[in-house]
Amino acid sequence: MLEERATPRASGWVGFRTLLYKEVLRFWKVSFQTVGAPVLNALLFLLIFSHVLDRHVTVYGDIAYTTFLVPGLVMMSLLQNAFANSSSSLIQSKITGNIIFVLLPPISYREFYAAYVLASVVRGLFVGLGVLLVSLPFIELPMVYPWWVLAFAVLGGAILGSMGVIAGIWAEKFDQLSAFQNFLIMPLTMLSGVFYSIHSLPPLWQDVSHVNPFFFMIDGFRYGFFGQSDVSPWLSLGVVSVCFVLLAVLTLAMLARGYKLRG
Amino acid sequence: MSIPAAIRIQSVSKHYGALKALHEVSLDVMPGEFFGLLGPNGAGKTTLISAMAGLVRPTSGSIAIMGHDVGSDYRNARRQLGVVPQELVFDPFFSVRELLRIQSGYFGFARNDDWIDEILGHLDLLPKADANMRALSGGMKRRVLVAQALVHRPPVIVLDEPTAGVDVELRHGLWQFIRKLNRDGHTIVLTTHYLEEAQALCGRIAMLKNGQVVALDSTEALLRRFATHSLRVRLGLPEVGLALGGVAEEGGWLAFGFETYADVEVLLKRLREAGAGIEEMTLGEPDLEQVFIEVMHHA
Ligand SMILES: Nc1ncnc2c1ncn2[C@@H]1O[C@H](COP(=O)(O)OP(=O)(O)OP(=O)(O)O)[C@@H](O)[C@H]1O
Ligand SMILES: [Mg+2]
Repeated sequence: MLEERATPRASGWVGFRTLLYKEVLRFWKVSFQTVGAPVLNALLFLLIFSHVLDRHVTVYGDIAYTTFLVPGLVMMSLLQNAFANSSSSLIQSKITGNIIFVLLPPISYREFYAAYVLASVVRGLFVGLGVLLVSLPFIELPMVYPWWVLAFAVLGGAILGSMGVIAGIWAEKFDQLSAFQNFLIMPLTMLSGVFYSIHSLPPLWQDVSHVNPFFFMIDGFRYGFFGQSDVSPWLSLGVVSVCFVLLAVLTLAMLARGYKLRG
Repeated sequence: MSIPAAIRIQSVSKHYGALKALHEVSLDVMPGEFFGLLGPNGAGKTTLISAMAGLVRPTSGSIAIMGHDVGSDYRNARRQLGVVPQELVFDPFFSVRELLRIQSGYFGFARNDDWIDEILGHLDLLPKADANMRALSGGMKRRVLVAQALVHRPPVIVLDEPTAGVDVELRHGLWQFIRKLNRDGHTIVLTTHYLEEAQALCGRIAMLKNGQVVALDSTEALLRRFATHSLRVRLGLPEVGLALGGVAEEGGWLAFGFETYADVEVLLKRLREAGAGIEEMTLGEPDLEQVFIEVMHHA
């Protein structure tokens, strides 16, 4: 059977591409939950906050609160869903045991990492775009520097995608994963300036925000829209890039050792 | 030039804390063999298979598939190996065909539909090709696992209890298919708790107990070495048979073990001379179950 037939050449690149495709297809097949639900969520936030606060608060001088809020909401949804994608995919595969189908083939741990993180970025971008689109009827949103917007969206998605890989590999049960989500991801997001400019905080909390990498992701992202931000976008880009590199190194080291995946 | 072993396992140990799931296991499976890996629950069969597949990292020792080290040359090693896992695992998001396409892709084959159709045909899965995995019965899921292991046409195929929970008809179909693969040159390694299955299929057998190889030989040799033919009779005068060394069994039967058929002649002659009066008689072939019990008992 093997010798008789001309077997098509196997290509390593196809393995990575297929894993990426599978990870994207996985959330796309249930996009009602994986994209629709978070977009609806963000829309509710937007309606409530804007109704309560819009007339009273302005930021950066003359930007209406709702307008200020939207990029934060977009980024928050993007980050949370990027995390959810890799982490839930991995823990599901581990618990059901079908992770072996990815571990048996000749896929390197770097390809494994790249596929899971990229799929997370794709899901994050879809959700972020969705939130952005449903917000547009309510506000006039400028986008002064689209490339900054894209850069922070991709880097933020990649960071949370990596954190999702770490959490998905580390966690053995769903409640461990939600602990990771509730005690790390949620507080870091909420305290990052999604809903406010940190200049409106007391000085102590401003300092605290400055050690939160999520603050830089959102501040840089917002800069792309308004051309204004709490800190320089270059500083944010630097912090976010360093974060990504550190997380990538950590995740790759875990994968290379086969931590919790190859016993 | 010597051909490399299809699977070369060299003093492989796997320890989980104090538990030695595998201890200094060494064996070679040659290309084209149909090899049986037997042992009681917890003997280490699945652990050994997982080590071949790179799912488990041995504490010490090394494994090569078709000459490719499972650790250092993992890409080539994994391309040569197809594994049907013991557990009924599946991805509920996809249909059978989607799953097989994805699995082909993982192994580097972007377009593999002809071969996928052929496998589906052999495994009687074509009518279910577009069904979601969740909608399949246990036996069908098992068949999909076999199909998934074959998408990349691996020369070495390892099946971990493929017939557990599978009905008689499918079991026969499956064996026919696997025999065909073996005839076509694939090396087959099989674990099973159905010993008559192993006896009928495997040319060579390794028996594992507590993580160690306790017997390794051709099926024939194992049968010759450990099992005996048996003659069972019902006699008019059972005490005569007992005096000649018969072992009483249920229903008034007496069993005699013997090595060669010449021994039977002698025995029958003595029974006749003593006037034992044979009423019924059966001859028993040696079987692997006997060998297994014997080996496990003495190991
Ligand atoms: N991840 C693990 N951690 C701790 N012990 C393990 C682990 N995996 C296997 N073992 C132990 O290793 C031993 C061998 O298990 P293994 O699954 O290889 O047995 P087996 O021969 O396949 O048995 P069965 O016929 O029941 O499938 C058992 O005692 C098992 O409990
Ligand atoms: Mg087992």
